[in-house]
Amino acid sequence: MYRTIYTPSVLSEMERLQREMNRLFEGVVPRRLLSAPSYPAMNVWSNQEGALITAEVPGVQPEHIDISVVGETLTLTGERLAPEVGEDARYHRQERGYGKFSRSIELPFRVDADQVQATFNQGVLQIRLPRAEEDKPRKISVQVANA
Amino acid sequence: MSTNGKPMEANKEEIVSENGEQTRSRRSFVPRTDIYESEEAIYLQADMPGVQPDSVEIMLEKNLLSIHGMVEPLAPEGYQLAYAEYEDGDFMRRFRISSQIDGDKIQAVLKEGVLQLVLPKTRPEQKKISVKAG
Repeated sequence: MYRTIYTPSVLSEMERLQREMNRLFEGVVPRRLLSAPSYPAMNVWSNQEGALITAEVPGVQPEHIDISVVGETLTLTGERLAPEVGEDARYHRQERGYGKFSRSIELPFRVDADQVQATFNQGVLQIRLPRAEEDKPRKISVQVANA
Repeated sequence: MSTNGKPMEANKEEIVSENGEQTRSRRSFVPRTDIYESEEAIYLQADMPGVQPDSVEIMLEKNLLSIHGMVEPLAPEGYQLAYAEYEDGDFMRRFRISSQIDGDKIQAVLKEGVLQLVLPKTRPEQKKISVKAG
């Protein structure tokens, strides 16, 4: 009786530990895809200098994309225009949506807004967000006190 | 022509298995596609973000149209992927075309990650048959 109660609790304890470990590593390597809360889906790449955000926005013209950065928050807004089709056209399939979109994401650091760069290539948007200089981790050298 | 305002979807539909597995260890997705038809042609627009024009294969075999766009996975140097909502992958899809298409006159353009195809229909030759009086 003692054993049957004790064993599952050990297992659940180990499971809990496993979950905690996974959570620790999650910050480095994503364990699985997270579903995007709204359009467009984004991937975030990071290093010491800042972040690189990529998003798939096919069919959106670059001039219809607006990127703004305030402090730690990046806001991406844009619009995909409705396709122009002839009067006599009739749809067989219509799966591609269109319209306006807006999405904000908060970064774990302050962004140097003047240095943000964005490129657009075949429907893939890349936004480089350098970390603000005052927000970068600093190496503090220990000075030897002269006696 | 009035069109319904369908919103854009953030997630891609993955191809689970279609006539066996791929040799490339890469995910494949179903490109979202609009197809419409006019008197003269069938128009197809497929979302293939990240595909470059030289990596698209379009085949028309009898009435089976297949489109395949290969994507070079993005791996920015010096960066680590910290958070992911989508994955890179190829785009593949097949369509059975009901009309007769002039295969030599198919036009394909890739713009802003959207493959645009114009498939001109062949006009059935009109022949007037005169009836002779017997």
